[in-house]
This record gives sequence, C-alpha cells and structure tokens, in this order.
Amino acid sequence: MNWYAIRAIYMFEMSRAFRTVVQSVVSPVLSTILYFVVFGTAIGSRIQTVDGIDYGAFIVPGLIMMTLLQQSVTTASFGIYLPRFVGTFYEHLSAPLSFVEIVLGYVGAAASRSLVIALIILATSTLFVDLDILHPVWMIAFLILTGVTFSLLGFIIGIWARNFEQLQMIPLLVITPLVFLGGAFYSISMLSGVWQTITKFNPVLYLISGFRWSFFGVADVPVAVSLGAVSAFLVLCLGVIWLIFATGWRIRD
Amino acid sequence: MSAIISIRNLSKTFDDGTAALSDVSLDIQQGEILALLGPNGAGKTTFISMICGLIRPTSGVVTVDGHDIRSDFRAARRLIGLVPQEITIEPFENVIRTTRFSRGLFGKPPNDAYIEQVLRSLSLWDKRNSRNVDLSGGMKRRVLIAKALSHEPRILFLDEPTAGVDVSLRKNMWDLVRRLRDDGVTIILTTHYIDEAEEMADRIGIINKGKLQLVEQKDVLMKQLGRKQLNLELQTKLQAVPTELDGYGLKLSDDGMSMLYDYDAQAARTGITRLLSDLAAAGISVRDLDTSQSSLEQIFLTLVEENR
Ligand SMILES: Nc1ncnc2c1ncn2[C@@H]1O[C@H](COP(=O)(O)OP(=O)(O)OP(=O)(O)O)[C@@H](O)[C@H]1O
Ligand SMILES: [Mg+2]
Repeated sequence: MNWYAIRAIYMFEMSRAFRTVVQSVVSPVLSTILYFVVFGTAIGSRIQTVDGIDYGAFIVPGLIMMTLLQQSVTTASFGIYLPRFVGTFYEHLSAPLSFVEIVLGYVGAAASRSLVIALIILATSTLFVDLDILHPVWMIAFLILTGVTFSLLGFIIGIWARNFEQLQMIPLLVITPLVFLGGAFYSISMLSGVWQTITKFNPVLYLISGFRWSFFGVADVPVAVSLGAVSAFLVLCLGVIWLIFATGWRIRD
Repeated sequence: MSAIISIRNLSKTFDDGTAALSDVSLDIQQGEILALLGPNGAGKTTFISMICGLIRPTSGVVTVDGHDIRSDFRAARRLIGLVPQEITIEPFENVIRTTRFSRGLFGKPPNDAYIEQVLRSLSLWDKRNSRNVDLSGGMKRRVLIAKALSHEPRILFLDEPTAGVDVSLRKNMWDLVRRLRDDGVTIILTTHYIDEAEEMADRIGIINKGKLQLVEQKDVLMKQLGRKQLNLELQTKLQAVPTELDGYGLKLSDDGMSMLYDYDAQAARTGITRLLSDLAAAGISVRDLDTSQSSLEQIFLTLVEENR
C-alpha cells in the first residue's frame, strides 16, 4: 500500500476544497440560515410540531443530510473529474498506485470535507433551535457512513462524466429531488397512502429517517432497515468502482 | 551494459481499430540516452505511454529492471519519471506544492531539500510560490520536468521536451539531460529535431507507422553518414564496368553515362586518386564529377518515404 500517495492526494484535495472559505464554509452556513428562515419560521408557524417534535428541530436532520449528500457528491465528482479534464490524471496512471489508493485519497477527502460542513450546519442550527441528540454515536456513524457512500457515488460520477454538464446533472436532477421527496422537511406519515408507498422506493428516505432517529428516537422506517439500506448502497458503489478499475473503463485506453 | 527496460513484441491497437504500434522489440540500456524520431502519428507517444502505464498494451511484454509492468507495476513504475508531450498541469496550485504532490504520489517521503535542488536546477526556485497558470509555457514545461524528477527516478521519459522551447532554454535542457545521464539516469526522449538527436543521443531509434524501423548507435549511424558518393559523368556511353576496375565496387547507371563510387570520407585513403588514374589507364574519360554526403535527415526521410 502506497501510504504517501494516499496522504498526498488527501492533502492536495483538502487544500483545494478549502482554498476558498466563502465556498466551503460561508455558503453552507448562509443557506442553512435561509432554510431556517423559510421553513422553520414561515412554515413552522403553521405546523409547530411533527411527531411531537418542534418543527424547527424536526427539519435539522433533513437539512444536514441534504447538505451532506450534495457536498459529498459534488466534491468527490469534481475532485476526480478535474485531473481528468485538465489532463493531470496521467500522473496517477503512471504512479505506483492501485485504485485503492486513488479512491481512499479522493473519497476520503470529499467525505471529510462534507462531514466538516455537516458539523458546521449542526452548530449553526443550535443557534435557532434547542437540540437534544438522543444517540450521538449513531448520529456520527450515520454521518460518516452517508458521507463515505455518497462520496463514492460522486467518484463514480466524476469518472463517468465527459463534460461539466454531465458532472452537475446527477446532483441537480437526481439527488436534490430525492432529498426533497425523501422527507427532509416532513414526515411521510403526513402523506396520503399512495404517496407513502411511492416514497418508500426513495433510498434517501431511509437515510434521513435513520439519521433523524439518532436525534429524536422517532423514525419513518425501522432504523435497522435504514442502516441496511445505506450499507447496501455502500457495497454497490464499491462494487461499481472495483469494476471501473478492473476494466479500465474511461481511465486507461 | 545491461538492459534496464526490455520490450518484447509490444503492440497496441486502439478500440477504434487504429493500429498505433505493432510488434516492437527493444532493449534499452542502463544509463543511455535513446532518442526516438518519427513523423507525427508514428506511435512514439503510444509507445512511451504503454511503458509508463497510461495505456494498456494489446500484446507484448515489458519489464523494467526485471519487474513486469503489469504484474509488478508498483516496482516498475517507482523507477520511472514521465514528462508528457502535452502541457498538463494543475492550474491553481503553486509550483512547489505541485512538485511535492508528485513525490508523494510515487510513494516517497517528503524531502524539501531535494525538491529545492530540483527546482533550482530547473531555474524554478524563484517561481516556487507562483500559481501554475501564471507561468509561461516554457516554465510550465519545466514544472512538468520537476514533477517527473521529484521522486528521484532512475529512468526518465521525455516526450518532445523541447517542442515550443526557445533556443537558450533548449540548450539548458540538453545540459540538464546530460547531467542526469551522468548521475546514471537512463533517458528516453522523442523529438522532431534531428540535430537534437545527433547532439544528445547515444542511440537513435526511428519509429514510423507504428514500427520500429531502425535502432542504431549514433556513432555507427554517423559513420554511415560519413560515407560519401563520387558521381562520375562519362564522356562516352559504357556497356559495362571494365574488369580491371572491379575492386572499386563501381555502379554503372542504367543509361551507361555515369558511375557511382562509394567511399569513406574519414578514412586515411579515399582511393579517389588511384581510381582516377585507373580510369584513365582503362581509357575512360570523365566529363564531370561531383560528390554528395548523406545526412541523418536523409536516412530518416528515405526510411519514412519508402514506407509511406
Ligand atoms: N486514444 C487514442 N485512440 C485512438 N487512436 C489513438 C489514440 N491515441 C493515439 N491514437 C492514434 O495512434 C497513432 C499514434 O499516435 P501517437 O500519439 O503515438 O503518435 P506520435 O508518434 O506521438 O505523434 P506526434 O509526433 O504527433 O506526437 C495516431 O494515428 C493516433 O491518431
Ligand atoms: Mg507524440
């Protein structure tokens, strides 16, 4: 195992990701505040509680998950797409590396960055609402598992994409709708029967539900199912990445 | 001398059916400078890219210092530095971080003293904190060289290192390459400049249409180049070369009006004086004569033309 290479990629990516404080810290904090103003204050004045939880607090896990998913996917996909686009990826191909080091470096950095941002949002939220986190260890576990899994997904997108349009397509057209429809801002018990069933096919529901459970102890689906769903997706992503490197697809002619 | 890179029957056919390289076998000796010449699209970059791990060979075996580039790729690649033909560089990073990154990628522990030495030898030390986008083209190329040298490779591939580089920088690069060779680094470079190959190389290889058409010690090539031809235009038509002139290896032209005599211009005796007196003795009168010398360029062009 080439540890120096993993470190080099990781550090390089972290310095790139945090090169602009505005992009990496200010903008997620700002959008969190906006969500609180719009959802927490405007809607919260009508809804007040969901499943016995104050609405302002109820949306916090969904908000964090939404940002975590978006940040993981965009950071990881951009991170690996950039050297391919600029052409510097030749160096990775000529270096004594296997895909294991490349994935650990890029996915590790993307996951770390999105976790930091998720924690910043959590901290920002405490300025608006009182939060008691029931299962903090599980909360961190869900954060890490989700951050890693969606960074892996981002990595796959970054290898697949042939241009910037494709790079942004998945986060924009798939992730964001799934998050909004996955119960980030409501409980699916608020939906009518048919919609509840349809929503059960949305993988993001299981993430948000499990994560929310770690905060409040209430969930749309059993927490074990949530955990199983995320783990299954993680394994799927790992499998796809293994296939990509084994075949050299879009990497080596 | 022993081979540090051994290439056997290396071929590449791309997915679109382009046969970029076919059946190349070659031993590259430890410590030599090998220059590869060839027209655009000949397969030089493809050849280098396969050895360096950028492209998968369709068939063939390559070992680097005894390590197979596929089954033992880590050990093989650790020994190699590559300067690609295209300038590809992280735009927003600065010079020193880019160079350190390369060292890490090749699995070497940080060594800022060595990085400093490399950057100084390439006159980049003053620019170490500049962003790569803010450098001139020649400087960017030198950053690529710095990256390739950052992990102390024993073999260096330079794909057209002097393309688009001004005269003085070109000389600097030649010096650098020689210094590296003196340190024991094996160097393989491609170039379109024949004078560069003449100036630098120990051995010259010519690739054309995916085939390695010739690999020869430069000295041997230059000896061949040292050969001259004497063209004798005759006063009267000759049916055949008289037997008493057999020893000269004269070639009579089809029309019988001229003869060619090959000789070594660097030899102590060219045999021209004797030939002329023997010609007179045989009763052949010469109307005019001229000499011509082949150059590497001619050899190159002839080879390439023959195989168009
Ligand atoms: N990825 C690729 N897919 C398909 N064909 C390719 C690919 N890369 C190179 N080729 C083809 O392979 C042939 C050899 O190209 P290569 O780049 O090796 O030539 P070269 O000798 O380096 O030329 P130059 O002097 O212009 O750099 C060309 O016909 C080229 O079009
Ligand atoms: Mg080339």
